[in-house]
Amino acid sequence: MKSQRSRRAVDLFMTALCGTCTALALIPLASILWLVVRNGAGAISLTFLTALPAPVGETGGGVGNAIAGTLFMVGLAALCGVPLGIGAGVFLAERGDGPLGRTVRFCAEVLGGVPSIVVGIVAWGLIVVPMHRFSALAGAAALAILMIPTLARATEEMIRLVPTALREASLALGVPAWRTSLSVVLRTALGGIVTAVLLALARAAGETAPLLFTALNNQYWNLRPDQPTSSLTVQIYNYAISPYDDWHQKAWAAALTLLLMVGLLNLTARWLAGGRMQRGPA
Amino acid sequence: MSERSKLEVRHLTAWFGKTAAIKDVSLSVPAHTVLAIIGPSGCGKSTFIRCLNRMHELTAGTRVEGSVLIEGEDLYARGVDPVFIRRRVGMVFQRPNVFPTMSIRENVLAGLRLNGVRGDHASILEDTLRRTALWDEVKDRLDESAVRLSGGQQQRLCIARAIAVEPEVLLMDEPASALDPIATARIEELIGELKQGYTIVIVTHNMQQAVRISDDTAFFYLGELVEHGPTKQIFTTPRVPRTEDYVTGKFG
Amino acid sequence: MPRADAGDPAEMALAAPSTLRRAGLRALGDRAFAVALTGLGLWVLVIAGVIVTVCYRLARPAFAKLGVLPFLAGSDWNPVEDSYGALPFLYGTLVTSAVAILVALPVAIGLALFLVEMAPAWVRKLVSFLVELLAAIPSVVYGLWGLFVLVPWLRETVEPALGRWLGFLPLFRGPPIGVGYLAAGLILALMILPTITAVSVEVLRTAPATQREGALALGATRWEAIRMASLPYARRGIVGATILGLGRALGETMAVTMLLGNQPEIHASLFAAGYSLPAVIANEFAEATGDIHIGALAALALVLCGTTFALNAAARLLIRVPAERRTPARASA
Repeated sequence: MKSQRSRRAVDLFMTALCGTCTALALIPLASILWLVVRNGAGAISLTFLTALPAPVGETGGGVGNAIAGTLFMVGLAALCGVPLGIGAGVFLAERGDGPLGRTVRFCAEVLGGVPSIVVGIVAWGLIVVPMHRFSALAGAAALAILMIPTLARATEEMIRLVPTALREASLALGVPAWRTSLSVVLRTALGGIVTAVLLALARAAGETAPLLFTALNNQYWNLRPDQPTSSLTVQIYNYAISPYDDWHQKAWAAALTLLLMVGLLNLTARWLAGGRMQRGPA
Repeated sequence: MSERSKLEVRHLTAWFGKTAAIKDVSLSVPAHTVLAIIGPSGCGKSTFIRCLNRMHELTAGTRVEGSVLIEGEDLYARGVDPVFIRRRVGMVFQRPNVFPTMSIRENVLAGLRLNGVRGDHASILEDTLRRTALWDEVKDRLDESAVRLSGGQQQRLCIARAIAVEPEVLLMDEPASALDPIATARIEELIGELKQGYTIVIVTHNMQQAVRISDDTAFFYLGELVEHGPTKQIFTTPRVPRTEDYVTGKFG
Repeated sequence: MPRADAGDPAEMALAAPSTLRRAGLRALGDRAFAVALTGLGLWVLVIAGVIVTVCYRLARPAFAKLGVLPFLAGSDWNPVEDSYGALPFLYGTLVTSAVAILVALPVAIGLALFLVEMAPAWVRKLVSFLVELLAAIPSVVYGLWGLFVLVPWLRETVEPALGRWLGFLPLFRGPPIGVGYLAAGLILALMILPTITAVSVEVLRTAPATQREGALALGATRWEAIRMASLPYARRGIVGATILGLGRALGETMAVTMLLGNQPEIHASLFAAGYSLPAVIANEFAEATGDIHIGALAALALVLCGTTFALNAAARLLIRVPAERRTPARASA
């Protein structure tokens, strides 16, 4: 039997070790956030946020078209991905207990882990090849495919949180099952689903790999779905791997812009979720 | 049984998988009376009333045999749609379950709106809230969220919601069990008034409550109907010894 | 919905026409809704099918020309001569992922234990938020930070030190160039940390409180209680979490592309530059011409896809079990 003292020493040591692990995780986070803000803040200006990129060799210019391109493609992706994702989630929650439901759920879980670059290839094969052109549509398709499985699982979870009592209350009023699902159950879960949608949009805005050979890039403004389109993430990548200091600076500034966009979406989602928690379930 | 019986149950047996939760129960409820269902917990009281508007079958693996007649029509006959049954047989649950995303007004009218029933919703709203003695308390905040009402108010709102669709029978599953004594008293008072317009079946674990509010009482034990008769008789001169044991507090 | 049994025929005849019977028409709504929902659910299966089919069809020319085994085992990658071997990419992917797991797993477990067992409520809330933040940072931003912060630090401080002290191992030999397996592995570790931590926290929380309290009541210290009750219970879930993290690491593209050096070579040293499956796809796919080159890249994608499918399926099976045993007392904690 070990002495009381050495046991306490081990306990203290392990506690310290766990604390160290926490620090190990948080130091890089602090470093990333600090450096993105420090290196990026200097270069951000109204011109940077609204101008086109400068041609190679010239200084100045901005990422206006890339911001517009990211918003455009995430919007297009949401148009298709959000209804399908939520729909699949409602299916899983309402009729997902049979073998088909279990298969769909398993597929959604597994699809959630498919690398985004693979999805890029799929969108390339489905859209770029037949259209003979890189396009915003192809980029958006890739983002939508990435959105659907995560959104489906999140929606299912939100709906399953709705107490059975509410569903029964509605059914006991003689409301048909489908009306009950839409007007009572889905409506009650709506806050949580909106949160999940915002998080999915934030994730989509941060994707780079599936855009590399679908939307490609574009030096100019583009809001046509059948044309190559610039995005903030691909722009950051191109600037970061370039040999020019000026471009590196732009990469930091664009990264700050991206982080602010993603952060805003995340914070809104959190704020919505937090508000719901405080009001509490009935 | 009586010609005037609103609700008649014949040889009702309800199954959860392979176990029968209700065994061969027959009884009838005359119109405009209150029937109290009493018995120790787990005796099948809740299951019994959930069979009366076919809510029982919503649970997976359940099955019902026998028949339940409302004005002579069998709820369990082939081709009968449970959705229509539930508009004629309303239900109030143990815990208040107001719709949290809806206002007080929307809650009361939920049944009408979701069923697409047209009519003078404003007067139905006021009338229903008056009958549940809520009108004076909520008339100035009809558009506030229903979640902000007290527990007792929420339960009365649930009753208002149930009677807004004008059912003929009202089922209540221990409607006061989650409420404080004052709120409970109001609900009991309300049940006495609602009797004028509805036929009520109420499950209660509280024998005092059964005595105060009901005309008839049915005592259930282990899924069987042990004794059924006028409330006064059940509590003063029960015929079956087990009933006597229960109402005098020897078990349960 | 299970069918309720009808009464005997005599009584059914009794039940005359009434407002109760309009089932046919009304039930149409429910049926239409069910069909519509099922249709929406099937989309998930369609997407899974399309992903596999498209990759396979694109990859077929390469498999036909090169053969599956020679392709997977070949170590020469030269698009100019249409010679394609997947080995350097498989190797690079495996090595960087292994580094990532070896570094991230202990840290994630420590962090999860800290969050579940040690931290006071406000610290737990704050740290959980920060870890979620780590998960929300886009991969290209990790790459950027890695390139300009992590790589110089490795090149100037860490790699020379490792070479000096552990240089007798082949793993830590060679010139410190910064970009390479080590840099990519470390950035991956950081990126999968939130995944492993989140799942570990989840399984640790579901560990039954009674056992832990029993241990504490016997006079065990906090660490002993964790070791005796919490960790054995959570082991299976943590293995699942690790596999999930591994799946993420294998498929991670941008940060690795930016930090691995992108040389289709195989080196024993972690300091050397390599290449990975996603990275080569990212770099070459847009400019690939010819069915064989595209096919070879799609074949790599198929390998990636199959591996992550399998890993995710395994992880889900491992993680689901403790979730079902959840005890309410701790689940609400």
